[in-house]
Amino acid sequence: MDLHALLPFLFPVLFALVIVAVLPLIAGYIVLVERKVMADMQVRLGPMRVGPHGLLQPIADAVKLLLKEDIIPESADKLVFWGAPLISVTAAMLALAALPIGPFFQIADLNIGMLFILGISSLGIFGIVLGGWASNSHYSLMGALRSAAQLVSYETSAGMAIVGALLLAGTLSTRGIVQAQADDGVWFIFAAPVGFFIYLVASIAETNRAPFDMPEAESELVAGYMTEYSGFRWALYFLAEYTNMVVVASIAATLFLGGWMRPFANTRVFNVLDYFPLLLMLWIAGYCWRRTPKQPVFVQKVFMAAVGVLCLILAAVITLPVIAPQGSLLAAAKPGIHGAFWFLFKVGAYIYVFMWLRFTFPRYRFDQLMRLGWQFLVPLSIANVMGIAIGLTLHRQLGWPAVPALLLGIALTLGAAWYLISVGEKHEPAIVGEEGEGAADA
Amino acid sequence: MSDAFDNFLPGGKANVETTVLGADEIILNMGPQHPSTHGVLRVKLRLDGEKVVGSECVIGYLHRGVEKIAEHRSYQQFAPYVDRMDYVAAVSNGLGYCEAVEKLMGVEAPPRARVIRTILTELQRIASHLFWLGTHALDIGALTPLFYCLREREEILKIFEKYCGARLTTHAFRIGGLQYEAYDELEKDTERFCRGFDKRVDEYEALLTENRIWVGRTKGIGILNAADAIAMGVTGPVLRASGVQWDIRKAMPYAAYDQYEFSIPTGKNGDTYDRYLVRLEEMRQSRKICLQAIENIPSGPILGKVGKVLKPPPGEVYHAIEAPKGELGYYIVSDGTTQPYRVRIRPPSLVNLEALDQMIRGHLVADVVAVIGTLDIVLGEVDR
Amino acid sequence: MTDSEEKQPTRPPQADKPGETPAAPSGAAPEKPQAGGEEKPAAPAPPAPAKPATPAAPAASGAVPPKPPAPGAPAAAKPAGPPPPPKEPPLKPAPLENDLVKRYKARFGGAILEAWLDRKQAILVTTPDRLLEIAQYTRDEEKFDYLVDLTAVDWPKREKRFDLVLILYSFPKNERLRIKVLLADGEPVSSVESVWPTANWLEREIYDMFGIVFEGHSNLKRLLLPEEWQGYPLRKDYDILQQDEDWIRENLGIESGQ
Repeated sequence: MDLHALLPFLFPVLFALVIVAVLPLIAGYIVLVERKVMADMQVRLGPMRVGPHGLLQPIADAVKLLLKEDIIPESADKLVFWGAPLISVTAAMLALAALPIGPFFQIADLNIGMLFILGISSLGIFGIVLGGWASNSHYSLMGALRSAAQLVSYETSAGMAIVGALLLAGTLSTRGIVQAQADDGVWFIFAAPVGFFIYLVASIAETNRAPFDMPEAESELVAGYMTEYSGFRWALYFLAEYTNMVVVASIAATLFLGGWMRPFANTRVFNVLDYFPLLLMLWIAGYCWRRTPKQPVFVQKVFMAAVGVLCLILAAVITLPVIAPQGSLLAAAKPGIHGAFWFLFKVGAYIYVFMWLRFTFPRYRFDQLMRLGWQFLVPLSIANVMGIAIGLTLHRQLGWPAVPALLLGIALTLGAAWYLISVGEKHEPAIVGEEGEGAADA
Repeated sequence: MSDAFDNFLPGGKANVETTVLGADEIILNMGPQHPSTHGVLRVKLRLDGEKVVGSECVIGYLHRGVEKIAEHRSYQQFAPYVDRMDYVAAVSNGLGYCEAVEKLMGVEAPPRARVIRTILTELQRIASHLFWLGTHALDIGALTPLFYCLREREEILKIFEKYCGARLTTHAFRIGGLQYEAYDELEKDTERFCRGFDKRVDEYEALLTENRIWVGRTKGIGILNAADAIAMGVTGPVLRASGVQWDIRKAMPYAAYDQYEFSIPTGKNGDTYDRYLVRLEEMRQSRKICLQAIENIPSGPILGKVGKVLKPPPGEVYHAIEAPKGELGYYIVSDGTTQPYRVRIRPPSLVNLEALDQMIRGHLVADVVAVIGTLDIVLGEVDR
Repeated sequence: MTDSEEKQPTRPPQADKPGETPAAPSGAAPEKPQAGGEEKPAAPAPPAPAKPATPAAPAASGAVPPKPPAPGAPAAAKPAGPPPPPKEPPLKPAPLENDLVKRYKARFGGAILEAWLDRKQAILVTTPDRLLEIAQYTRDEEKFDYLVDLTAVDWPKREKRFDLVLILYSFPKNERLRIKVLLADGEPVSSVESVWPTANWLEREIYDMFGIVFEGHSNLKRLLLPEEWQGYPLRKDYDILQQDEDWIRENLGIESGQ
């Protein structure tokens, strides 16, 4: 065994292990954050009991789910029943392989990174359909098919929106895309805002989040494809859903929000923003210490204080590279650490917007959802690609300055959007029944 | 069980009609246990794919025989039973019953009692509509308005608790007037609530009224035109949203309603969106009535001249009030003894629910939930 | 939020609370608060055969003095009171004879048995044979387009033991009317569902609770109780205590402790 030959594989394997080990915990804590954010928007407190401020809630939930009885419907197809959640989770986690969490922290810098991610995400749909099929229940199957139909519909527009950003970047490699944004000096969200908006909406539908969660809502009489799953299998589906959320957020951050770059990375005046992570960590630590005396039990006080200390340590880790002298080892670590911070910050912000939208809007009915996907978003995303293409041609081929060229492209796309909206409103039927076959099951 | 399905259609055996694709219809059961049917209601839907072709409601899961019980209780003893019918708006039920018996007896509640009754009933109307709004929005998928509405409703329930000791089944009124004198802070509490309430309603409107998704889910859904509404005997906000401007508080005033100025919101199309707007506006109008009422509560006795033992002269009476859900009527027959001979309660929710079949034809299954929510039924009242 | 264009009930100037008097729809008399005042002088005079306001009040109350109102003379001898003291009449059913009643009597003759005014509310008592016609006339000519309630009362000691009560309201006239139909046990009566669709469930409930069969009803089965229920609970001879004891004896094999 030639160890030298194994060396190139060392870091990727290491990163992969870290991600796979840490991800379930992260997903659990995203669930906790969602519950806290939900509670905040609903004038409540959320989980407060298990651990100080509910910080140990995900662990309690995980333990509960693992200890639950594993129920399999008798007439279910055992192998498929067992394998379906695995497919979902695997697909979701695989997609993380190509995502750059920092300039150095990436499992695999594929030169077809984006294509890989899109393809693997589509594989996740198998997990849903097979899960519904294996449950051997009429309603589960219907829910699964609906979910699959929704996902497929919105993949199209999501893909087109991504194509728009790829045109701007010129490469499929995720690292290359971020580098392109660094080189051009502008995040692609400003060059293709309509594309970002399309991707935002499509990604909400991709992850089955409200307002597109009709297949999961209880008013549809069932819980969709997850009905027959309980305990650990259900936890796997849940994990897959939240990992998907992280994946789409990461894609959005990479493609549109500048990946691991700090805002205004190329401007020295804004170097003060380098201290933003420090301030954030200090603020969290300060909050923890302020709440420490108010905890009812001693152990919880210790816990809160420990969390505060942890935040301080993180703050130190983040700040030292900034203040270390140039050229030292610490300073060389700055891009990596800060890159990771900014990337995670953007992913977190994107997921926060997901949650925000979930608790603000009612749900779309399934036919309205499909209509929105096919009759509005797909044409719009195609128009978006055309708009960007026109803008880029004007800029690169015909020598126009960048801003007017891209603005023209955006204007064309917005024109298409306006046209689509006005046409859509004219045809919106008052009673669905008048549409006839449109109301039948997808 | 199959017999039930056989008799599903009038005239006997279920005729399986051919559907758009030539397929059979399926019968889907929204069973008595369901998160969105607001109680134990069973709806058997006949579906063509996803479209509702017909429906049948099965009720009676909450039937407690209240009308039979009434014949074995004295008039005062029966009053708490009345709260338990429409348990979301118990004060209104009590008002209707007490006023009906007062009519039967020929006594009138003193002016002070009437005004305080009005205030409490209007607060209860606001509370009932708030609860309706929260649960209706929840059914359609908006998770947040529920908590805002319940937060406001909490204030009202606190006022009730301070007044009569109970939040939900209040038994607030007595035959002849009130038993409890208004507590000292009643005016102040009501005024503080009303002062902040208008902004809250604006908040709910900001969340829902112009929201594209909300409008898409409620506009054009569950249309009931005025002629059908009158023919089906529908009352309350459902009738007003269909365009008929009729409110018992204006048509045949009771309690102290003739002293106050308020308007009756009406809708145009009779769809779910209009019913939503009508109820929102009714909340604002109720607030207006409360503010007018607390400015000038007359002083005086709170209980009219009724003895301890109530023996109304033989006869009968029908008295109806505008409950939050519609026309709540009491038909009481007395035979001269201390126990009523027959008490018939005309439940608005029962009659409104009858219109469900007509309203959901042609809509999708997902809309059934919205329409049930918009009718604002309480199964306690439907089944009694 | 517009006011309604259609169906604006022409509201008469506000009557006060008990405003359900069937005031002359000919629109002549302005509604006066004491609408009862119009009836009071009318009460003693016209019903020549009847003694005024009698607690022997037949259909309306059916108190202890039984004897149902055979069309015509109410039974009990009454101290034929001269103009009764102003306080009393509103509380005792008084015979009623106004334009509305006259029109009904003119049109249906013998089917209309009596008319009463009880607590300022008008009651018409009829026989069941022409109910459907009366219903159609009431809705179409008299404009009582809204069936408020349909219920029944059981007077077991009477020969015609059931009172089928229709409570009606007219939007254009802002009036209420009550029509009572006297039914014997087992006598079917025609359903008014074709006239007022509201009656669908209301009649089912009456069938459920009283056992009155409605002919022509589209779907006469039990509404509130399960379909296999035996008995009709709201009848006076249905003893809930007895039912409880029977159930316990059958299913638990012990004697009920009540």
